Amino acid sequence: MHIVACVKQTPKSDNVKIDPATGCLIRSGAASAMNPFDEYALEEAVMLKEQLGGTVSVITMGPPQAEAVLRDSIARGADKVYQLGDMAFAGSDTWSTSYALSKGIEKINGIEPVDLVICGKQTNDSDTGHIGPQVSAWMKWPNAAFVKKVVSVNEKSITVERLTEDGSEILELPFPCVLSVVKDINSPRVRSVKGRIAAKRAEVTKWTADDVAADKNKLGMKNCPTRVVKSFVPKREVCSANVEGATAKEKAAKLVEILKENKYI
Amino acid sequence: MKDFKNVWICAQAQRGKLSPTAYELLNAGRKLADDLGEKLCAVLLGHDVEKCAKDLFEHGADIVYVCDDPALENYVDDVYAKVLADMVATYKPNKFLLPATNLGRSLSAKAAVFIGTGLTADATEVIINKEDGQLHATRPTFGGNLMATITCAHTRPEMCSLRPMSYEKAPLEAGRTGETVKVAFNSAKHTSLAKFLQFIKSEGDGLDLSEAEVIVAGGRGVGKAEGFALLKKLADRLGGAVAASRAPVDNGWIDYRYQIGLTGRTVKPKLYIACGISGQIQHLAGMSGSDVIVAINKDAQAPIMKVANYAVEGDLYDIIPAMLEALK
Repeated sequence: MHIVACVKQTPKSDNVKIDPATGCLIRSGAASAMNPFDEYALEEAVMLKEQLGGTVSVITMGPPQAEAVLRDSIARGADKVYQLGDMAFAGSDTWSTSYALSKGIEKINGIEPVDLVICGKQTNDSDTGHIGPQVSAWMKWPNAAFVKKVVSVNEKSITVERLTEDGSEILELPFPCVLSVVKDINSPRVRSVKGRIAAKRAEVTKWTADDVAADKNKLGMKNCPTRVVKSFVPKREVCSANVEGATAKEKAAKLVEILKENKYI
Repeated sequence: MKDFKNVWICAQAQRGKLSPTAYELLNAGRKLADDLGEKLCAVLLGHDVEKCAKDLFEHGADIVYVCDDPALENYVDDVYAKVLADMVATYKPNKFLLPATNLGRSLSAKAAVFIGTGLTADATEVIINKEDGQLHATRPTFGGNLMATITCAHTRPEMCSLRPMSYEKAPLEAGRTGETVKVAFNSAKHTSLAKFLQFIKSEGDGLDLSEAEVIVAGGRGVGKAEGFALLKKLADRLGGAVAASRAPVDNGWIDYRYQIGLTGRTVKPKLYIACGISGQIQHLAGMSGSDVIVAINKDAQAPIMKVANYAVEGDLYDIIPAMLEALK
């Protein structure tokens, strides 16, 4: 079993600061880490490897410093790590990013055939959820998104449960396939001491766009189909009234009175 | 690009019923179509869904493209995405809005690659730029800390998934009709290796969050799984549903499907009662569209208290029982 987890280095969720004047992300001093949703993807890959045997490879696309999330992946149980790094990738939207990742996965597939690709539900910086389904579209492999549980797995296929607004659905996907997982699926483990040592020593394979035979006309800010034309900090309107009272009982009675008076209840 | 005309919306219809998002998309799409002087078309995929066309006409659609086949009974990504890509290649829409539901997020992403065009995710506002007729889709990023307006200048259709409940439903115009175009399902081409096995209905005994008019949500301040029973009592009394912020879900007190916020669901009830929720921006992203917000919190300085229309400083374990008493 060869599983590839896709990860991204993103700003830590609790550390996002936006310059209100420019609407730009303040990057200086902002700590980066593995996108929290990708931790579940990697953990699921490692758990499946422990169950079935095999290899977990991790791929990321990003600037030189993104190497840190690959070393972190080794500490969390990955075996091999690959970084797509090239100025040609810079500024790619999800369409282009998923294309680049699919070319990287194709190359990994040439080294050792890939059975399964696992992505997080979305990233915490762009929140699109596009990458899993789009990687599968480029690879022409079947996929399932919002996967909350692996129901069963064998050498040929995997049966998963995915979340819908009104319940859940069970699908069987033959390998190779692509899953995007939600946080229900597992509880990511803490990094082991052995893993941390391995992370320091790990060899990171680095590939450019040419190395993975990617068509540069499909990459980067200039060639990707979408573009950010404006960004701004959202305004919030405030019209708050405190519900006053000497005791909890008084406050509750007052609140109920207000809600009834205004026909909210 | 001149060949590409009309505004399309994808009307999600699972298990024989139109998703509420279909009416929201019709509302958003109608304005875009009118601004462009083009037609508003709805795409309907499924089995035994043709009957939904009437409803779509009565809510603003001029044309309904229906692909009705037993193979489309359940949602399988590849099958739906291939059908959509073929329809787009044949009829060449100018703009294409899909719902940012779980199904829509996955479908729009896959279809955009098959079609070869750009996609904006989870927009909360869509407008036509007067100068060039392009779609400007605005969406929250960085956990709702920043809004970004995104365009797709060089490929058509410009695709966008629209966050549920960011638009009102289109008004009903009884008797309004339109043109139905039947699109053939191609069983040799519209295939997937994935196999749909089973649908399991939510075990939740409460209302579906997307349809609840009153939501009683709990946060870290609830403190334990059992605490949600008290919230449920209040929700039941008000004819509403229970929900949660991220912390109770992460702590295992309540299932992920009840999570409201950027990484959970978006809701827009008439009344949202936030109990022991601090009001992180990620949570606000999922509920700030509520008509009226009540916050119950021990901390008068909590961000939620500034967003709420009515802020009650106090312990939810004192306030909620007293509310239940007052409601008797």
